[in-house]
Amino acid sequence: MNKQKIDSRPASPKPWYDPRIRAIFFQTVVIALVFWGGWTLVDNTLSNMESRGISTGFGFLDETAGFGIIMSMVPYDATMTYGRTFWVGLTNTLLVSAMGIVTATIIGFILGVARLSSNWLVAKVALVYVEIIRNIPLLLQIFFWYFAVLSSLPSPRQSIDVGGALFLNNRGLYVPEPLTQDGFGLVWGALISAIVGVVVLKKWAKKRQLATGQIFPVFKVSVAVLVVLPILAYVVAGGPLEWDLPALKGFNFGGGISIIPELAALWIALSLYTASFIAEIVRSGIVSVSKGQTEAAKALGLPNGLTLRLVVIPQAMRVIIPPLTSQYLNLAKNSSLATAIGYPDLVAVFMGTTLNQTGQAVEVVAITMAVYLTISLLISLLMNIYNRAVAIKER
Amino acid sequence: MAESMMRPPKISIGPVAWMRQHLFSSWYNSLLTLVVGYLVVTSVGPLFSWLFFDASFRGTEPSQCDGGGACWLFINERLNFFIYGFYPDELQWRVNLIFLLLAVAFVPQFIERFPARKWFGIFGLTGLPLIGYFLIPGGTFGLEVVESTKWGGLMLTLILAYIGILASLPIGIVLALGRRSEMPIVRGLCVVFIEVWRAVPLITVLFMASVMLPLFLPDGMNFEKLSRALIGITLWQSAYMAEVIRGGLQAIPRGQYEAADALGLGYWKKTGLIILPQALKMVIPGIVNTFISLFKDTTLVLIIGLFDILGTVQSTVTDPAWQNVAIEGYVFVAFCFWVFCFGISRYSQNLERKLDTGHKT
Repeated sequence: MNKQKIDSRPASPKPWYDPRIRAIFFQTVVIALVFWGGWTLVDNTLSNMESRGISTGFGFLDETAGFGIIMSMVPYDATMTYGRTFWVGLTNTLLVSAMGIVTATIIGFILGVARLSSNWLVAKVALVYVEIIRNIPLLLQIFFWYFAVLSSLPSPRQSIDVGGALFLNNRGLYVPEPLTQDGFGLVWGALISAIVGVVVLKKWAKKRQLATGQIFPVFKVSVAVLVVLPILAYVVAGGPLEWDLPALKGFNFGGGISIIPELAALWIALSLYTASFIAEIVRSGIVSVSKGQTEAAKALGLPNGLTLRLVVIPQAMRVIIPPLTSQYLNLAKNSSLATAIGYPDLVAVFMGTTLNQTGQAVEVVAITMAVYLTISLLISLLMNIYNRAVAIKER
Repeated sequence: MAESMMRPPKISIGPVAWMRQHLFSSWYNSLLTLVVGYLVVTSVGPLFSWLFFDASFRGTEPSQCDGGGACWLFINERLNFFIYGFYPDELQWRVNLIFLLLAVAFVPQFIERFPARKWFGIFGLTGLPLIGYFLIPGGTFGLEVVESTKWGGLMLTLILAYIGILASLPIGIVLALGRRSEMPIVRGLCVVFIEVWRAVPLITVLFMASVMLPLFLPDGMNFEKLSRALIGITLWQSAYMAEVIRGGLQAIPRGQYEAADALGLGYWKKTGLIILPQALKMVIPGIVNTFISLFKDTTLVLIIGLFDILGTVQSTVTDPAWQNVAIEGYVFVAFCFWVFCFGISRYSQNLERKLDTGHKT
């Protein structure tokens, strides 16, 4: 029986018409081409580097850098190594990306909702904002904030003074720095236990609701617990917090936390630019939830707030998350424009100054690209996990 | 009878009713309207008087900017530089001719009933770049050579964006087909290529093109700065293009592939005659959108020292003869970009509506 079936097949095709054999042939050719191309590049690069007297390897990372960087999150001075400059650049990139993502999300969601507002004026203002901002290159916006707005602020002596604590001038924005004293650990402990308590409370409330149908006001109680416990701990510990106020010393300010204008310009421009894209994503996400869903929720007697929270937003988020991810990625990549105004991000410090001083182009570029690749993969991984959690559970 | 002819009550029609419904429907909407309205009025008024009413338009000297508003003389004075860069004055007719041909090729695309507008578009994508290739650098047909270091301004921005998109289209098609291929090695290579380029910022690509490309090439073979930037932009853009085209390939129903197989078409005939024509038509709006983002991103070339339109403005606003013209310069560049990008995006939305045949679920 089995044998007969095999025999009745049509005569097998000639080997050069067999798709499997063709596939193997083509792939062999492709591999050969790629290897040949790769080998040529490596060979050219090595011979070029030899003729220019550039050494290879990552040994340069241990050499002394010898240049200063205007802002660093990790301790740094000119006597440290090139490897250290990498960390300075990386942390600065991550800092401005994180700041930008937070503010862009907030502004973007507000604008996206405003676009759909029943208030004509609000909807039109949001529309005009989005259409203007997203059609102007980001680099131009960064230049505008840095060269036109922030550099025309008054000098440190004529700083704009907000309540003696906040100072704004052309050297940056100065805010008081909180200094934690002994005993502040108690406040942290209280905060952590409050968070744990809220999680437990939420689980318990859900269980009770499923069992009895009674709704426990989780949100209000959670907020109360989260606010009251740390404040209580703060008072009990005797207010273990002091503020380091910025003050004018000589020609510049000392003390407090300073936000340099490069960072401020980049942050503002990135936030405003990305927000205009996020606004459109949010708008289309909300629009994509069919009217029937809202109407069904109303028919069930859910009040407006609950309709939004339990019906519209969870469904809109499914549509919003994937494009939002790519906007976050874009923001992180766009933060590399920092180099145009001199904010010491990874590209400016490492791919700029370090590369110029050491001449190790291949290594430096490879490291920089690897970093961006990692950031990209990491953000998409996190977002994919979240996306899987909110995706439609089909039965 | 008379009742049915009566107009609706005054309260439900007319501007008052419209305002009640759209601006003052509830107490918080009224509050919002008042606050936002106040902000708009207080910011738009001074903005307009700075832009137009108090601005100085006529004259040639910095001292004539005395209205307290914008100093548009500055733009007027430097307009030639902003458009052509260092391109010699007497040869600018070549660039103008290309601008004219560009308009001839693409303005009909915005007009629905224009006869044979498809052919104008095809000319714009094939003949125009060819003419430009000979005309702008010169050197053949007795044309005087203009080195690429002298190109600049709006002209350079358009060249970068146009060549970038045109060259990345075929590479993008190949990559997209490769990514959908059933051969695991081809697919893997394409995925890696696409994902690596998409993950890195354009700046690093441009840096790489200007620093590392000379290292990659054999001795004696080298490109000038503009070509290196173009190579970087094209490779980077082709990864994005591949993803757009892949979207179109995935949107084609399986039945089309199977029908082509049933007809006995081979891979290339199936792809070239059945799949690609449908897929490309479907992704035209996507391609236009990538063009817009590339167009905006070309400003980055100023970081590696090319003078695109932003570069030319950036280099002149620091001129000490003109004081504080930075904002005017930026507003001018912003306006140029905005007109292009907004116009093209409107066109793409229009196209999307027209190409939407209602088959999508």
